[in-house]
Amino acid sequence: MTTAPPEQEQATGEEYTETDDTQTEESPLLRVRNLEKSFGGITAVDGVSFDVAQGTMTGLIGPNGAGKSTTFDLITGVQKPDSGRVVFDGTDITGNRPYQNTNRGLVRTFQIARELDEMTVLENVMLAPQNQLGEALWRSVLPGARDGVVAQETELREEAWETLEFFEIDHLAEEYAGSLSGGQRKLLEMARVLMTDPDMVLLDEPLAGVNPSLEEKLLERLHELREEGYTFLLVEHDMDVIMNNCDPLIVMHQGQLLTAGSPAEVQNDERVLDAYFGEEVLG
Amino acid sequence: MSTTTGRADRINDAVLLLGFALGIYVLFTLVSFVLGLDLNGTVNTLRRITFLSAVYAMLVLALNLQWGYAGLFNLGVAGFMAVGVYTMGMLSTAPSSTPPGLGLPLPIGILGGILAASLVGVVASLPALRLRGDYLAIVTLAFSEIIRRTYRSPVFQEFTVGGLSLGTGGSRGMSLPSNPIRSLFYENPTEITSPPSAFGNAVFSAAEGFGIQSTVVEGWAWAIVLLLVVAGIYVLLRRVGNSPFGRVLKAIREDELVASALGKDTRWFKIKVFALGCALMGLAAILWRIGGIASTSSFMPIQTFYVFVALIIGGAGSNTGSVIGGAVFASLLFEGPNFVRRVVTELVPVGNAPNTFFDAVGALAGLDPTPLLAYTLSDVNVSALRLVLLGVVLIYLIQNRPDGLLGHRKEVAASVDLSERTGGGKQ
Repeated sequence: MTTAPPEQEQATGEEYTETDDTQTEESPLLRVRNLEKSFGGITAVDGVSFDVAQGTMTGLIGPNGAGKSTTFDLITGVQKPDSGRVVFDGTDITGNRPYQNTNRGLVRTFQIARELDEMTVLENVMLAPQNQLGEALWRSVLPGARDGVVAQETELREEAWETLEFFEIDHLAEEYAGSLSGGQRKLLEMARVLMTDPDMVLLDEPLAGVNPSLEEKLLERLHELREEGYTFLLVEHDMDVIMNNCDPLIVMHQGQLLTAGSPAEVQNDERVLDAYFGEEVLG
Repeated sequence: MSTTTGRADRINDAVLLLGFALGIYVLFTLVSFVLGLDLNGTVNTLRRITFLSAVYAMLVLALNLQWGYAGLFNLGVAGFMAVGVYTMGMLSTAPSSTPPGLGLPLPIGILGGILAASLVGVVASLPALRLRGDYLAIVTLAFSEIIRRTYRSPVFQEFTVGGLSLGTGGSRGMSLPSNPIRSLFYENPTEITSPPSAFGNAVFSAAEGFGIQSTVVEGWAWAIVLLLVVAGIYVLLRRVGNSPFGRVLKAIREDELVASALGKDTRWFKIKVFALGCALMGLAAILWRIGGIASTSSFMPIQTFYVFVALIIGGAGSNTGSVIGGAVFASLLFEGPNFVRRVVTELVPVGNAPNTFFDAVGALAGLDPTPLLAYTLSDVNVSALRLVLLGVVLIYLIQNRPDGLLGHRKEVAASVDLSERTGGGKQ
């Protein structure tokens, strides 16, 4: 590790000791250390640590109940970890609220696409840009200040249309989001996330319910974006998709990190096969 | 920067509102005619309808911001109204009246009332940061009852703070400062026996020529002031709604976690919505009650439900719908039953109402429906009839038009027309 994270004692207040500082690559964009979360008696995430390097499309896989979605929740602040640390771009963001993480450039999508049903597709997309002037009540109301709001909205409108075109849903721009099909919702969610101008996007099953041709299109877009410098962390169940598109892979099982490595390494790891095909895994 | 479709919408709304107002006026003029009212009575009927419609339009607009836009289930409307009225009263009632007030100038009293309602709204919104839906409704409802009972409490009937005595009048209520519109017509607006000013004299004698009394003229002037305030609030809330701020409110209504995941600090938005909405509720109540009496019986939970019914009729989420909902509620549902009673008793001689429901129904056995009709339309029962009517209208609406009259309409939350592109792309 090159730079030490600023030691702000955040909400969780658990002791955090740097024990596994063996990796020597350049500082990764996202570092997760010893995350733990239990619900009642069930430990959903049990001491998970991993890194996500800048500009990668990292896959997070594991059988059902492995704790992938909870890990996403813990990273993005939807839930607070019982212990552990999340460091994004050199800053400790553990226990931050979701909006703070989004402001910093760490954005997520949801497993079940959560559209704002009674808002149009355009409204959905226009909601996303950060720091809009008109989000201040007084600026939206006062005559002089509103001109600035209108000017900014005019710019954002263009950006919104371009983003919709990029995902080929511009023909749906004025439909209510609630009337879109499952696949279209996924595209809209991607468009919306992109409009927040993120550095890193956490995608929770972005391809579930998406038909094969659309899936190909979406993956193509994701690769284009990755080449532009975006970083992705992706949870997905379709093994073909994961193996062909993600590198490296992180494998979780029963709340713990099982292994991490390139697709080839993971594919040949006995423990991964056991995890998926039901053998009891120890360690 | 408004666009053609935006302008068309606005013209549509204006036509809709004017057409609707005209329809109501024609209806009530006909009713007055049937009732055999003279011109003074007719004009006064229209005044009352206008006044109540304006008051409800304000209240519904304020609630629409909170519930229609942000989805915040505020069941404490009556409480925030009470805070506005009582604060205004305590600040501006003369020190000599019972209960005494501070005797500050009326504008300070009104502003103080609005600010107090807003502040109490902010306090009420703090639980709203954690609670959703039904739970927020329970908390705000309890909040409004606490407010009402506090004002009713004998402890605050009259008290002294720092040598100044003031009070709420407890269960007896509190007489409020006289209506400011009187300063337009009278030399000493605060005195009931004041001679009219020169302007007042001219207007009153002109109206006298048509047989219209001075009180009706005054009332109409005040109703017109209220209509102007409604217009102001409408423009204000339209701007609030059609902006990035309004967009975040809608997002909070639809799915707060998404709004938060898209980088919006939803807590501040909710606090602001409570502050603004409750301020407007306070203002509406002040304009409604000024010149009369503040009594806790005006701020029962039923008052909150009336505003909700009006919003449901108009269509939650639509500002134009809110105004129409307020007017429909006030004129047809609130005042309507009373007029129905008067019209029916005018046209059909129903005789004296039987004393009990059983007597009324019993007469049906003899195939004589008039006792039941008389019973239903008696003075005592007509307010119950109003509630029955409300129930029927609500059931009908929720089954057949759940979005209300205008709630189905898209009012896109943006300060520009989103469908129009500057880059000259598709239409």
